Amino acid sequence: MSWLDRVRNTIPFIARRDETPDNLWHKCAGCGQMLFVKEYEENQSVCPKCDHHGRIGPDARFDALFDGGIYTPLPMPAVREDPLKFRDQKRYVDRLKAARQATGEQDALINARGVIEGKRAVVGVQDFAFMGGSMGLGVGAAFVAGAEAAIAERCPYIIFTAAGGARMQEGILSLMQMPKTTVAIAMLREARLPYIVVMTDPTTGGVTASYAMLGDIQLAEPGALIGFAGQRVIEQTIREKLPEGFQRAEYLLDHGMLDMVVHRHKLRETLASLIDYLCVEQAAA
Amino acid sequence: MVAFLDFEKPIAELQGRIAELRETAEAGAIDIDAEVARLEAKSQKLLRDTYARLAPWQKTQVARHPERPHLKDYIAGFVADFVPLAGDRAFAEDKAIVGGLGRIAGRRVMVIGHEKGEDTASRLRHNFGMAKPEGYRKAIRLMELADRFGLPVVSLVDTSGAFPGIQAEERGQAEAIARSTEACLALGVPLVTAIVGEGGSGGAVALAAANRVLMFEHAVYSVISPEGCASILWRTGEKAADAAEAMKITAADLKRLGVIDRIVAEPVGGAHRDRAAAIAALGAALADELVQLADTPRDELRAARRAKFLAIG
Ligand SMILES: [Zn+2]
Repeated sequence: MSWLDRVRNTIPFIARRDETPDNLWHKCAGCGQMLFVKEYEENQSVCPKCDHHGRIGPDARFDALFDGGIYTPLPMPAVREDPLKFRDQKRYVDRLKAARQATGEQDALINARGVIEGKRAVVGVQDFAFMGGSMGLGVGAAFVAGAEAAIAERCPYIIFTAAGGARMQEGILSLMQMPKTTVAIAMLREARLPYIVVMTDPTTGGVTASYAMLGDIQLAEPGALIGFAGQRVIEQTIREKLPEGFQRAEYLLDHGMLDMVVHRHKLRETLASLIDYLCVEQAAA
Repeated sequence: MVAFLDFEKPIAELQGRIAELRETAEAGAIDIDAEVARLEAKSQKLLRDTYARLAPWQKTQVARHPERPHLKDYIAGFVADFVPLAGDRAFAEDKAIVGGLGRIAGRRVMVIGHEKGEDTASRLRHNFGMAKPEGYRKAIRLMELADRFGLPVVSLVDTSGAFPGIQAEERGQAEAIARSTEACLALGVPLVTAIVGEGGSGGAVALAAANRVLMFEHAVYSVISPEGCASILWRTGEKAADAAEAMKITAADLKRLGVIDRIVAEPVGGAHRDRAAAIAALGAALADELVQLADTPRDELRAARRAKFLAIG
């Protein structure tokens, strides 16, 4: 605790750090409007003025999705830490430590089991706040564990993707998570259980080119950036300006890459209805 | 005479002196045999020593060497009666990935691989080995064809990565790569992959989720190019050598990490210095792997492939 916090705690009329104006207001990344954080978060981080969907982490996602906000997080599988002893300008272990402190999570993919409008599901949420949601051993192992939990419980596996791509600090081992997660999807297919992907902003690189594009059903949130190659790389390669709305969810829908673009407020009912149609064990009639 | 790489400068200088001596000898008819032999031995030793301890960034340059053999050469060298097959049946024929039927050491196989091209015209035709969705969809079609008729699949990987372009994205580059990886994993026939030059990211792994992954001694295989990694993590592409070192991209490193199964030795000074020997070595190694996997039941091949990738970590 800093001296300022200590002073604040003893003097009731000085606002605590989390109530300072900076945290009271949120500037919408879509329209620039200043929004009350409390109202913004109660609206699932969707701007009430322009409908821009802000990035949310696993906790907020689970709270909004599961009936009564009740769910059980699944344990994170243990993986080798920093397998390459990687260091760039910083040591990878230090970057990991910082990400864990900032998010309170072990890695960038968290699974939970719960009930969505009466339908059981295992849901994985990738956290962009954890090293850009990047896929390394931890994410790969969590994905496999989520799929296995769904198979054990005979329910769908629903994944919310958000990632800048593979975790470079794990080198080739991060690339190997592409086939690894694909094996888990093959297991879900054989068990005849639905695998549903909800792409959120942003989903790019090796994550898009593996489990994010292999859903039985492909959903995305409005405006989400979705693609394989980065926009700067494309511009440098072809030396052309990118078209309006390029690599956005609506653009992918137009090009046949998605089933639906679904507003965050409609996700619960959309997912419940899909489970009802696809998961025989849980069908209403 | 081969094109020398930056780090081969001392060898290039020795070769230059040898050439000069030979010219002088022709002009003045002095006996220089002993001196040439001495310099040749020195040059050969220097070449051997240099290539015995290439840094990862130097290997990257060897792997990208314009005179390194590529798919066309391998097919000409060890695939008999090759019948090329084209098209994804949906959009186009992508020449960055070449595939077809053939025989390796007498065994029927489906060969699929990246083709970078050998001169300006053919490099443009093959898009420098950077495939688009239709390339991966052709690969899927050929893998499924092979599976139906019981032909083992041999894939040769040599790409800097999948093509980054507007139309490639629109047609589902990510989806095509994901499905191609899925197709590899679903095969009931053996899939043997060789990383022969550059194994660049998702564009490589889409053809490489194999039962056995071979890699040439000086090939590289990585999640992102050293330049790309450096520009993101070091904020300058000039730290590519550091990034290459840190990412562990060489055959020896990948063998240690359990990502590849076998290293195929290259001739002294790299595959481009003795193309015929390199091609023959790869053909023999592939034939050997095909023999080992022959008669393995379909379920076992699939299960082993899955177990292998689930265990990587
Ligand atoms: Zn707004």
